[in-house]
Amino acid sequence: MERPFAITLEVGSSLANKTGTWRTERAVYIDRMPPCNDACPAREDVQRWLYEAEEGGAGYERAWRRIVADNPFPAVMGRVCYHPCETACNRGELDQAVGINSVERFLGDVAIEHGWELPAAAADTGKRVLVVGAGPSGLAAAYFLRRHGHAVTIREAGPMSGGMMRFGIPRYRLPREVLEAEVARILDLGVELELDRKVTDVEAAMGEGFDAAFLAVGAQIGKRAYVPAGTAAHVIDAVSMLRGLEAGDEPLLGRRVAVYGGGDTAMDAARTAKRLGAADAVVVYRRTREQMPAHDVELEEAEEEGVMMRWLSTVRRADEGRLVLERMELDETGFPQPTGELEELEADALVLALGQECDLSLVEGVAGIEVDDGVVGVGPNMMTGHAGIFAGGDMVPAERSVTVAIGHGRRAADNVDAWLRGAAAPATPERELAGFETLNTWYYADAPRTRRPRLDAVRRQSNFEEVVQGHDASTALFEARRCLSCGNCFSCDNCYGVCPDNAVVKLGRPGERYEIDYDYCKGCGICVAECPSGAIQMVPEEI
Amino acid sequence: MAEQPVKHYQVGTFVIGNRLLDPDQRSVQARMERSNTLTSGHRACRGCGEALGARYALDAAMRATGGSVIAANATGCLEVFSTPFPESSWQLPWIHSLFGNAPAVAAGMAAAMKAKGREEVRVVGQAGDGGTVDIGLACLSGMFERNDDVLFICYDNEGYMNTGVQRSGATPPAARTANTKPVGSEPGNAFGQGKSVPLIAMAHEIPYVATATVAELRDLEAKVERAMELRGARYIHAFVPCPLGWGSASEDTIKLARLAKETGLFPVFAAEGGEVTAVSKIRRRTPVVEYLRPQRRFAHLFRPEENREVIDRIQAGADRNIARFGLIDGEGSGDV
Repeated sequence: MERPFAITLEVGSSLANKTGTWRTERAVYIDRMPPCNDACPAREDVQRWLYEAEEGGAGYERAWRRIVADNPFPAVMGRVCYHPCETACNRGELDQAVGINSVERFLGDVAIEHGWELPAAAADTGKRVLVVGAGPSGLAAAYFLRRHGHAVTIREAGPMSGGMMRFGIPRYRLPREVLEAEVARILDLGVELELDRKVTDVEAAMGEGFDAAFLAVGAQIGKRAYVPAGTAAHVIDAVSMLRGLEAGDEPLLGRRVAVYGGGDTAMDAARTAKRLGAADAVVVYRRTREQMPAHDVELEEAEEEGVMMRWLSTVRRADEGRLVLERMELDETGFPQPTGELEELEADALVLALGQECDLSLVEGVAGIEVDDGVVGVGPNMMTGHAGIFAGGDMVPAERSVTVAIGHGRRAADNVDAWLRGAAAPATPERELAGFETLNTWYYADAPRTRRPRLDAVRRQSNFEEVVQGHDASTALFEARRCLSCGNCFSCDNCYGVCPDNAVVKLGRPGERYEIDYDYCKGCGICVAECPSGAIQMVPEEI
Repeated sequence: MAEQPVKHYQVGTFVIGNRLLDPDQRSVQARMERSNTLTSGHRACRGCGEALGARYALDAAMRATGGSVIAANATGCLEVFSTPFPESSWQLPWIHSLFGNAPAVAAGMAAAMKAKGREEVRVVGQAGDGGTVDIGLACLSGMFERNDDVLFICYDNEGYMNTGVQRSGATPPAARTANTKPVGSEPGNAFGQGKSVPLIAMAHEIPYVATATVAELRDLEAKVERAMELRGARYIHAFVPCPLGWGSASEDTIKLARLAKETGLFPVFAAEGGEVTAVSKIRRRTPVVEYLRPQRRFAHLFRPEENREVIDRIQAGADRNIARFGLIDGEGSGDV
């Protein structure tokens, strides 16, 4: 080509100059473990389903489908879960934790309203699994076993399904139509449910043609501490009281009710007593508020409803219409010690809420099964010492909550499946935790948390209407969008924009993410520093 | 289910893109079809703020004009790192002449386009702070005074970085450069009178003057877009950190630009016809030490012990900006 005067070289593009050779560190995309997911006993992918929910509209169904991939009870969870995800939430360090639980409830309710169905069962494997107990753990296990393609039969000793979700949690916290809708969806997958069919000998039951069994009988026997009582004293246990109420037989408690214990069941019993007409409901607990095992939200709601607390007290004696209490004192190890100071408390009934025990008669004499401290020992795969018999929920050593039980059911189902196929248990890859320091919080819009409205305290004392109301669509969307998406890309385009070398390639629409062009990436690290969610990291180059 | 109106968009417009916004509300830089006027392979240092600022501004100008832009470039880093003959990183018509005459060259190009009846072709002149604040100031003032139809953009990295980090009229007080060593009783650059070209430009009462930083892309793009809606002389002064000259970590480029604004050291505003029309408020007020400490050019203010007197003088300058431009609601008059 003829060149202009004094021009000796062709004009070229700087693209010929591969500046990537300057690099000593490279930027690499990473999916870190969000603290919410990490804290979830049911291993829900919280960050991921919030990401879908943030879009609103059609995103709600995608979000719901993400939840039920790990947990078939979103509407129940959104009411009864004590949401350790929110305790772990990084946004708590910025303003307030994201109201994950309230968004989950919203999604769960929308799903019921629209009749969304759970994913279908897989093709039949020809294997049969026996599940003992139709509580949260057993139902969750049944759901996941069906999704693995195994035939499932649940045997339940009681007259109705739901376990502690029905007989332990009062209806003002979990309306029964919500529970029934979510249980029915699981049964619709082809789960056989046999009610009023108590399993007394698990080996005999398995002999009926089952290839494996998952035991989740729960803990519904109220612990009875010895309290000297006069003949006319009215002493009942909290679990029987709550169960009786559910079966339609209203306990007669009187005007003044004392509840002995400091767990969530004690709160439920006291709040239920208020609703049954008690003028005074007093919780007697031998330690202090700080040591109380009940969750803060339960205690707060109970106090708002007028439930009174008597800290550092034990019940010495129960008589007709009155109790004798003894004041306690914490010793230097924090353990309560009696002081000998006695006082009286007027009470028509004493409700004992001192914890629950399991009826483990079904595993008595089964070879290999170890019972220690009233619970059955299981390995990390949820299998007992007896091959093919798995166990979970309240009857194994763990925190006792609906969410933990569901997590056990899921883990057990996956391991039952692996065991039946003779395969190794599915491994979850370890992911680095997305700590607060990995975020660049400048980029998040300021937005304090929305609170779900609560029923007016006076009104809720006298009825069993649901106390905590749900979000409407706009507040739920607002709440979902408060998520920081810790450790995971949410398509904000920052990396694509801030690269001085155009070395970040945008692959497509939101969600399709980005790629780094290492021909030109000089390794400056701006994309890492300016990524809001900490989803990129610098890795030294091998030199 | 009907979509509900919600004001909260998770990251709002703080980030480059944001999938929750309508596509036409997203920034130019978020688009896959952006011009990439300054493409890969340029020889700017790792983490160069100027390379970033130039692409941000020119991509926005290209989008605002449907790709009809010619650029005139002064000598400086931007010219040297982008165009070592025969390679060029520019993906728009681009001309380089001398260090001091870019505004005049741009004015000539605009006149030529007018003579040819092709006024839809828009002209952008650009230079670093050396070529704008010092060497090119006479040509620039002439361009303003004649109200030539040019958008002139200064990428201010506070010194002559290309020739080895010498001080310019835009170098801040106390900063170490190759010829303002941190020695003697007043270490680093002297506390002079300063020289604000945006205020000089406003004194010409030209149609549009604005300041911006590479930390606020949306603001920068909006200002370029506004400038391209107008005719006549327009000026944008963009703050672009320089990791090499400032002795800062390459990944801190945007962070330092953000801090310059949040401390009040670099007021971000827009003016039309000589009157301030908008200021970008400080979101999280930050003391100047947070900005000074990560930069080695200010290291002598912290070693062997903190030089409180000098830091306080710098803080006083920032506070004066806050009051003068009204950068925080309720503080100062805002009467520039």
